[in-house]
Amino acid sequence: MRFSIYRYNPETDEQPYYQDYELDDALIGNEMMLLGALEKLREQDPGLTFRSSCGEGVCGSDGMNVNGENKLSCITKVSELTQPVVIRPMPGLPVIRDLVIDMTLFYEHYHTVEPYLKPTPAGVSIDLDHELLQSPEDRAKLDGSYECILCGCCSTSCPSFWWNPDKFHGPAALLAARRFVVDSRDITTRERLESLDDPYKTFRCRNIQNCTASCPKGLKPSQAIQQLKSLMLEKQVD
Amino acid sequence: MMALDHIDTFHFDVVIVGAGGAGLRAALQLSQSSQRVAVVSKVFPTRSHTVAAQGGINAALGNVTEDNWHWHMYDTIKGSDYLGDQDAIEFMCREASEIVRELEHFGVPFSRTDQGKIYQRPFGGQSRNFGESQATRTCAAADRTGHAILQTLYQQNIQAGTTFFNEYFAIDLVKDDRQRIAGMVVMNMQTGEYQLIRAHAVMMATGGACQLFKTNTNAKINTGDGLAMVARAGLPLQDMEFWQFHPTGVANKGMLLSEAARGEGGVLRNGLGEAFMVKYAPHVKDLASRDVVARAIAIEVKEGRGCGPDKDHVLLDLTHLDTEMIKQRLPGIRDLALTFAGLDMCTDAIPVYPTAHYMMGGIPTNFKGQVLTLDDKGESIPVSGLYAVGECACVSVHGANRLGGNSLLDIVVFGRAAAQEIDRVLQTQKPSDFFDQPLDLSLIAARLQKWENQSATEVKDPTGVIKSDLQTAMQEGCGVFRNVDSMQTLLAELDPIQQRIDQAVLSDHSRAFNLDRIEALELENLMTLAYATVHSAVLREESRGAHSRIDFTERDDVNWLKHSLYFIENHQVRYKPVTLTALTVEGFKPKPRVY
Repeated sequence: MRFSIYRYNPETDEQPYYQDYELDDALIGNEMMLLGALEKLREQDPGLTFRSSCGEGVCGSDGMNVNGENKLSCITKVSELTQPVVIRPMPGLPVIRDLVIDMTLFYEHYHTVEPYLKPTPAGVSIDLDHELLQSPEDRAKLDGSYECILCGCCSTSCPSFWWNPDKFHGPAALLAARRFVVDSRDITTRERLESLDDPYKTFRCRNIQNCTASCPKGLKPSQAIQQLKSLMLEKQVD
Repeated sequence: MMALDHIDTFHFDVVIVGAGGAGLRAALQLSQSSQRVAVVSKVFPTRSHTVAAQGGINAALGNVTEDNWHWHMYDTIKGSDYLGDQDAIEFMCREASEIVRELEHFGVPFSRTDQGKIYQRPFGGQSRNFGESQATRTCAAADRTGHAILQTLYQQNIQAGTTFFNEYFAIDLVKDDRQRIAGMVVMNMQTGEYQLIRAHAVMMATGGACQLFKTNTNAKINTGDGLAMVARAGLPLQDMEFWQFHPTGVANKGMLLSEAARGEGGVLRNGLGEAFMVKYAPHVKDLASRDVVARAIAIEVKEGRGCGPDKDHVLLDLTHLDTEMIKQRLPGIRDLALTFAGLDMCTDAIPVYPTAHYMMGGIPTNFKGQVLTLDDKGESIPVSGLYAVGECACVSVHGANRLGGNSLLDIVVFGRAAAQEIDRVLQTQKPSDFFDQPLDLSLIAARLQKWENQSATEVKDPTGVIKSDLQTAMQEGCGVFRNVDSMQTLLAELDPIQQRIDQAVLSDHSRAFNLDRIEALELENLMTLAYATVHSAVLREESRGAHSRIDFTERDDVNWLKHSLYFIENHQVRYKPVTLTALTVEGFKPKPRVY
């Protein structure tokens, strides 16, 4: 199996370049995930650099661009990829080294949408003797957004985010925003919608849907953004 | 020669190493108490391994069946095979309900009962009325409870304004010339620069270390860094012979399939199709304690009743359960089985085998999170300024075997309690000249210098290969079953592996994001834990909880109802008594453990 991998070491390389690698097919078999193949390649070349941790698609460390699509390497089967497997860092953010990107902007947008529950008015402490009740139907509204693992596959595949990474929140942060807007326990729905109602923050979404296509957890950020827009409209009507 | 004399220095009230559930719960408490807190993490916080916890968190809320904390306490002590300290266990079980409600108010998206309350499911080893009938005590957010709790705690810390040092690797503790803990040296992974963080209090919250074993459920990052740092500082590690093998990892791969699968009605079957757990735990069958179920699977396979062409695993069967329930309650593990076994648990039974999962041992602490050591007379004393919480700590609430659903509880209960203790201490003891004391970093510099050796033209023995050999040796010598021969063989293998590490060099000497260097430092940490484990295990001549010896098959309360304390110097193992008295209720006396 042939691989062509983006390489850049800030200490030694003026320009990034692609390096070709070869891995014995017998090592790969039917079941090996791309992360396993990259680990094998690191035995040849310990300088090859990428993030990884859980190895089972739940921590979101190992997002990378594989044959043009953003994927998590640990849940991508090598046998399902066409050769040569071209691997690049996820696009649109600065590269630190090889496949490791600087996700600072991505996280800043996440922080900006205030992704934490506000169940009580400011200054009123929470009542630890009682649960906040939530019906199974209301709880079901959180499905499809609370599962996000912040891997960045969606936002870094979004052309609107590439053009305006400083102003457009991007699909991951908006998915998080939606999770708190629809949570029946949160009392700041109106304030949340008002702060999102902005030509850039939310409305740079052009419904391209790369986000939904690239989400390794099968979530639909695009739909969540449309829902936010609809809720803003409803708010203006009433 | 590497010099650390003029490195960048930061000053905080508290520095916490690790941003999993324990570290984040502690950080939140301290930030809200206006302590200046820094959290150092080698990964972005939501990538910490708490994210992979699936089934849930135990609390006697009684939302589904009647329950109370005293029953939870009894189950935890019995599950620990009486090695747990009963004061700490009472504390944890009493705090449980309030702390779960607090998590709920923080925003954790718990699944819900029809009444809108937090959903609870049955888990192994939990009972009503002191062993009488199955309890339903594990609070769950589908089968992504760890993910839900970790993200929520990170979100709360965003609101609280906690300072994060993300992608910083902690190297070693630093003491001042009066031998007080004074801070730590860290490496900024993105630049490769070493930096010093000075703080009035240091908290270890570095999680588990099952990367010590070949097949495990743990993330690559779980290398026991905090334990090794504490051991290198001359302090003990407690009960390191007790490692939990989770009964149901995906066979030959290790990914965890939650106990929730059995809690919701799944059954284990052997090659003859028998639901074999009834032979080992007639009363509660598949919901016995994890050590009991893991041993049962290993015995079935050893005696030739395994499944598959090599008869090397058993099957986890959920095919008789309602498909919609599986999709709703167990979506995450259904996905995992689809991805890694190629099987849909709605229609197919999944091959499983016990897999290294959890470290019951760790840095000894009391239930306020203070790290403990022994004085000259062999009495336990706290180490000023040093705290440990979560899986890296040994309070001990899990003793010789942890109950499912108690680890998420452990991390939040003791994360909060330790932070409250630190806050209390720092209210009165924050000496203004503390940061003026000179610090000697030469030992740390020497350790780092070893990996700067660039003389080799060819790397003959990469650290990755050494790690893999260590994992294989540990799995064979100190797995589900041990005996004196397997452990003596393993012990004889460790010194040569240590020598290989001593002689190893790096291939990559760049500064920016150098994985080769980080993995070498992690390997040193794992090696420390390997010695601690085998030296503690070979001496303990009994079977208790997860420490199952073929040559000493019975529990021996006369000689071994005590905690092991391993010191790095001369691989010395000392002992201290188990606390059998509780805080407000009568302690539970050890009795035979039957499920």
